[in-house]
Amino acid sequence: MLRLNKLKAFSARFYSELFRMEPTLRDPNHCCATASSDIANPTGISPIYRTVSLALLLLTVWVLIYSSLVPLAESFFKLVPLERQTMAGEAVYFFLYEVPKVLLLLTLVVFVMGVVRTFFSPERTRSILARQGGVWSNIPAAMLGIVTPFCSCSAVPLFIGFLTAGVPLGVTLSFLISAPMVNEIALALLFGLFGWKIALLYLTLGLLVAIVSGIVIGRLQLEHLVEDWVLEMPRVAAEDNAVGLTWTERFAAGYEAVSDIVGKVWPYLLLGIGVGAGIHGYVPENFMASLMGKETWWSVPLAVIIGIPMYSNAAGIIPVVEALLGKGAALGTVLAFMMSVIALSLPEMIILRKVLKPKLIAIFVTVVGSGILLVGYVFNAVL
Amino acid sequence: MKIQVLGKGCSKCELTEKLIQQTAHQLGVPVELEKVHDMQQIVAMGVMSTPAVAIDGKVVHSGRIPQQEQITAWLTGKEK
Repeated sequence: MLRLNKLKAFSARFYSELFRMEPTLRDPNHCCATASSDIANPTGISPIYRTVSLALLLLTVWVLIYSSLVPLAESFFKLVPLERQTMAGEAVYFFLYEVPKVLLLLTLVVFVMGVVRTFFSPERTRSILARQGGVWSNIPAAMLGIVTPFCSCSAVPLFIGFLTAGVPLGVTLSFLISAPMVNEIALALLFGLFGWKIALLYLTLGLLVAIVSGIVIGRLQLEHLVEDWVLEMPRVAAEDNAVGLTWTERFAAGYEAVSDIVGKVWPYLLLGIGVGAGIHGYVPENFMASLMGKETWWSVPLAVIIGIPMYSNAAGIIPVVEALLGKGAALGTVLAFMMSVIALSLPEMIILRKVLKPKLIAIFVTVVGSGILLVGYVFNAVL
Repeated sequence: MKIQVLGKGCSKCELTEKLIQQTAHQLGVPVELEKVHDMQQIVAMGVMSTPAVAIDGKVVHSGRIPQQEQITAWLTGKEK
């Protein structure tokens, strides 16, 4: 852990020097990734060459550490008088192995997404969605929710921007459901802790919930439940006047996303994995079976109802959920809990209250909640 | 030159404003800096992601903290 932190600190220094990031720009409190460049090129080497070789170097280091995680965690047990087979040993091993693994995966996925997002912008997404029409545009809306740079502090202007450019309410909501729910943090953690199948499942189901909820709300014709001042806004044209970025700038955006997002979520991750490790070591097998098992029909709605007002990012909740699964909780119940925690939250409702009337918020929560509920039941039934 | 910084609540917006002020000071360019916090006005200007920057009423930038070179280009009127 210490070694990893040192390495992270080193690499952070390394690339911040290479890209000459202003320290003032790296404010830990802001919410979205920033592309910072101001790239000086004193050496005369072509910037693209330097960008690519730096990325390759970092990737090599990444692969080397990732492939030596098991030996590293095991060698720890040679150093201390602690047996792996004991309860404490299980908990410690889980923590020592999972923390660096998940951090590494998170770093890689966040970097890739940071680069991918430079190809998209809210303006571009809006112009794509405004051009389309009908039920089918809910599908691209949900998918664009994954790759469009988005932060909850821009949810209101984004909502209005979409609506005033003629994107239908249901389509806009599909976007706003999928953007926070299917995010790179959740996917990286699911991949690291549950494997790619569950990650893919979550991705698919998250998109499905977003698409169907948007279609349902669109069909209900609830435009009059949007706050009046929003509807009175003048129509705008959906323009996309994006300026092309260089690859060096795109990579810089990736690094910036890493320092921004990983820098922000790691305490949650440690906490979540810590609690998860405790559950792994100390909670008896099958303890959760009676509470969150397949046989208890009320566990899915209960999980969703508890999950809706809860606000935690994926980094904190997924490790806990993984540990519960190991103790006999059913996958559907656990997925439903996770989705409702991540997708619906009280702070989000408060933000949306500015543009939606309370009735529409209630309908929104009900529709999305029912979708998640259904996902939970279907899973428990199928698996 | 009238520069507006659009956005509310984000610490990035404050940073953007500070950067512009600093740069203008360094370059000795007189600017009239205005903060736009009103959501309706921001949206009316066609901005969807903050922080955004408008010069003489025209939005030139949105979604992230502007780069130093960009700010210099705006202030010196050498926009690309």
